[in-house]
Amino acid sequence: MNNLKLYGSLVSIILMSCTSFSVYAESVGQFKSVNGTVTIERSGKRLQAAAGTTVEAADIVITDTNSSAGITFRDNSRLSLGANSHFSINQYRFDQTTHEGRFDSTLKKGTLSMISGKLSKQSPDAITVSTPSTILAVRGTEFLVSAGE
Amino acid sequence: MLKNLILLILMAVMMSGCVGMYCKAPVSKDTIVLLPKADGTTGKILVTEGASQVLLDSPYASARSGDAGLELVIENPADLDKKFASALAAMPPASKSYLLYFETGTDEFNEASKASVGLLLDEMRQRPHPEITVIGHTDTVGSHDDNDVLSLKRAGYVKGLLIKLGIAPEQISVAGRGERELLVPTEDGVDEQKNRRVEVNVR
Repeated sequence: MNNLKLYGSLVSIILMSCTSFSVYAESVGQFKSVNGTVTIERSGKRLQAAAGTTVEAADIVITDTNSSAGITFRDNSRLSLGANSHFSINQYRFDQTTHEGRFDSTLKKGTLSMISGKLSKQSPDAITVSTPSTILAVRGTEFLVSAGE
Repeated sequence: MLKNLILLILMAVMMSGCVGMYCKAPVSKDTIVLLPKADGTTGKILVTEGASQVLLDSPYASARSGDAGLELVIENPADLDKKFASALAAMPPASKSYLLYFETGTDEFNEASKASVGLLLDEMRQRPHPEITVIGHTDTVGSHDDNDVLSLKRAGYVKGLLIKLGIAPEQISVAGRGERELLVPTEDGVDEQKNRRVEVNVR
C-alpha cells in the first residue's frame, strides 16, 4: 500500500515536470514574410502568423490557398512554404558555440523551398525533411520539395 | 475493323498513360529537386523511400516518388517555376555579416569598423523584422576554453554598444565561437590580429 502511494506521488511529480517542460518553449526562428492566411498549431492551439512572429521547436505551419510564408532559423537556415502546405518541425536544436544540433521536419503536403544554414555545414546529416513517402538527408544545400502531388 | 483496332490501341495507351517516351505522371508523388547555389555549385541530398535510395548531386537533379519507387530525373528549370513560384518568392534574403575590429589595446572600434557599423544599421533598416547575432572570435593564443569565455565576453561588449546605438536588446543574441572559426588559419598559440574579431550577422 505504501509502495502504491509512493508510486502515485512519483507519477504526479513526473507529470508535473512534464507540464512545466512543455510550457517552456524557446524561439528557434522567425517569420520574415507572411502572405495571405498562415496558421501555426502550437500545443493544441491555433495562432495566426504574421511577419515578426517567432517560431518554436514543435510548431506546425499551415498555409491557405494563395498564401505563403518565409521563415529564418537560428542557424541561418531559410525556408519558405507555398500555398496549401502543411509543415511540421519535429525537432530543432542549434548550439551557437559549436554549431552542433539537429533540424528534422515533415512536409505533409504542399511545396517547400529550403536553403540550409550552419547546422549542415557543421555536421552533414544534421538536417532531414520527411514527406509522406520519402526521407531526405540534406548535405549543405538548396532544394525544393513538393508533397502529395 | 481497322477503326476498332485503332480504338483498342488508343484505349490501351490511355490506360497505361504512356505514348512512346511520354508517360503521364502517377497520381500521387513527392518530388525533391536539388538547386544550384548562388555560386553554381550544389550540395547533396540522399533521398530514401523504403529500400530504394537516390543521391541528388547535380543541379536540378530530382527524385520523384511514384508507383514504381524512386525515379531520378533532371528537371527543366522553367517547369519548376509553375509549381514552386509562390514558395520561391517567399524565401527570406540571405543573412549578411559585418566584421568589427578594435583599436589595439582599446575599447574603440577602428575607423574601418565604424564604417561597417554604419552599413550594418543601413542593412537593418532595409529588412523586415531584422535579428542580429553578435559572434565573438579569438586567435589561438590561450586555451580553447578560455577563448570560448573571451569570445563570448567580447560579443557581449559589442551587444552593449549596439544597444547604445538604438538597437532593441530583444533583437540581439550573442555567441562565442572561441578559436573554432579562424579567418586566417594558424597553428595553435599564434597572435593574429585578424582572427580577434567580432562578427555581426543580420538576418
